[in-house]
Amino acid sequence: MVEGEDRMIVPAFLGDLGDALDFIFHERVGRGGAQIGGSQVLDLTVTHLELTLAAMAIAMVVGLPIGIWLGHARKGSFVAVTVANIGRAVPSIGIVFLFFAVLGAGFVNIMLALVLLAIPPILTNAYTGVREVDPEVVDAARGMGLTGAGIVRRIELPLALPLIFGGIKISMVNVIATATLGPEGGVVTLGDPIINPSTYGNAGRLGGALVVAALAVAAEVGLSAVQRAVTPEGLKSAGRARARRIRFPVTKRKVAPTS
Amino acid sequence: MDALVLAQSGSFFRDRSGDNSCVANNGICPRWAIDHFDRYVHPFFQHLELVLISTGAGFLVAFALAIAAHRRRWLVGPVTQVTGILYTIPSLAAFFLLLPLTGRGNLTAIIALASYTLLIFFRNVMAGLDGVPEEARDAGRGMGFTDRQLLWRVELPLALPAILAGLRIALTTTVGLAALAFYAGAGGLGEALASQKDFQTNIVLAGGLCVVMAAGLDALVLVAQRLLTPWSKARTA
Repeated sequence: MVEGEDRMIVPAFLGDLGDALDFIFHERVGRGGAQIGGSQVLDLTVTHLELTLAAMAIAMVVGLPIGIWLGHARKGSFVAVTVANIGRAVPSIGIVFLFFAVLGAGFVNIMLALVLLAIPPILTNAYTGVREVDPEVVDAARGMGLTGAGIVRRIELPLALPLIFGGIKISMVNVIATATLGPEGGVVTLGDPIINPSTYGNAGRLGGALVVAALAVAAEVGLSAVQRAVTPEGLKSAGRARARRIRFPVTKRKVAPTS
Repeated sequence: MDALVLAQSGSFFRDRSGDNSCVANNGICPRWAIDHFDRYVHPFFQHLELVLISTGAGFLVAFALAIAAHRRRWLVGPVTQVTGILYTIPSLAAFFLLLPLTGRGNLTAIIALASYTLLIFFRNVMAGLDGVPEEARDAGRGMGFTDRQLLWRVELPLALPAILAGLRIALTTTVGLAALAFYAGAGGLGEALASQKDFQTNIVLAGGLCVVMAAGLDALVLVAQRLLTPWSKARTA
């Protein structure tokens, strides 16, 4: 260990936070004698992301077609609303523990729990996005000779993309947060330093929390950028106009401004 | 390993090694649930207390911010961004980020949970206030209302449905998140869940109580909304 020089990088005045940063960037020996911190945090992060992305991929394969189809057919609003409400009320930790209690520990079992958590926002947003497409636009497309699949692909999907990505973003952030519970089901994710402080100590706890928080914020910011990028130009300017109207209410008659 | 797990779970439930075959087979056992229901009463009310205090605190802060931003429009952007980041930080991480500042216990859990509701409340109060028809404001001004009177007697009553919609979202979400509060040492139904996480009856019972609490609070707000805003009955029905 070349601790001496390495630790100079983290200023001492940061206290607990400095210790946590040191844990993230430098290896050390844990209380049980295991090698923790540094590259081991990287391993935890990789497992965390594998679990997250696997769950998201399956949730999208299941949730998107159902949501888009229900929205296109303009039916099943009851299903979409019910899925959304139940999805919000069931605690994520309850789902993780339920899958653990019924199926046992393991990557696939915990991943399935996360899939179940990820589906509601993806499904309901896809449904709402397609459903809210102006029926007159769809009629115009039909008049131009487009049929069912063509209308979905060329009209409804592009217009619904912002909301669809909004749903994916909500699920992604939620799944990153819940993957932290992985160690409860035998999957050693970034939750390990948080949930098992006996090996990692307080620095590991705080360090793990920092990395998880950073991942969630990065996912939120990154997917927001994607969301903006896929928004059709026409929708963007319409959205801006609407935002401007709300921000500076136009009063028809000359009256003193409220605020 | 098994012995270790048993030893850890001993803090909440003594054992489930009775002669009852359903429990021994780790099934869903209504009999066990009825016999041991009293063990869930305290965590349930601990959970409810956490939810009500943190949602209430979150509402007060967000409401004050929204009133301020209603008068000073430039605040909307920064407040949305800051509360958006607080909303994004996983609550489990938030508990441990707060640990060096506030230590273990209720306060840490309440701050983390309350900060999570800020964005929900702020967005809904702003949407409600922005949705007030200009004609209603004009009428209020015509009656000689000051800005303050206009806010409390015209704008806020008309914004109430949107505000209560936010309250419903915040309450149901917080019930779910408060199940993680035991990691911060604040107890609640999450503690019951985690104490025997491999016992199906326990998971279904404790998880079910969370859902019941969320549904109950949701129904209460819905009833309050019907009573407080009789004019919106036609719209919600």
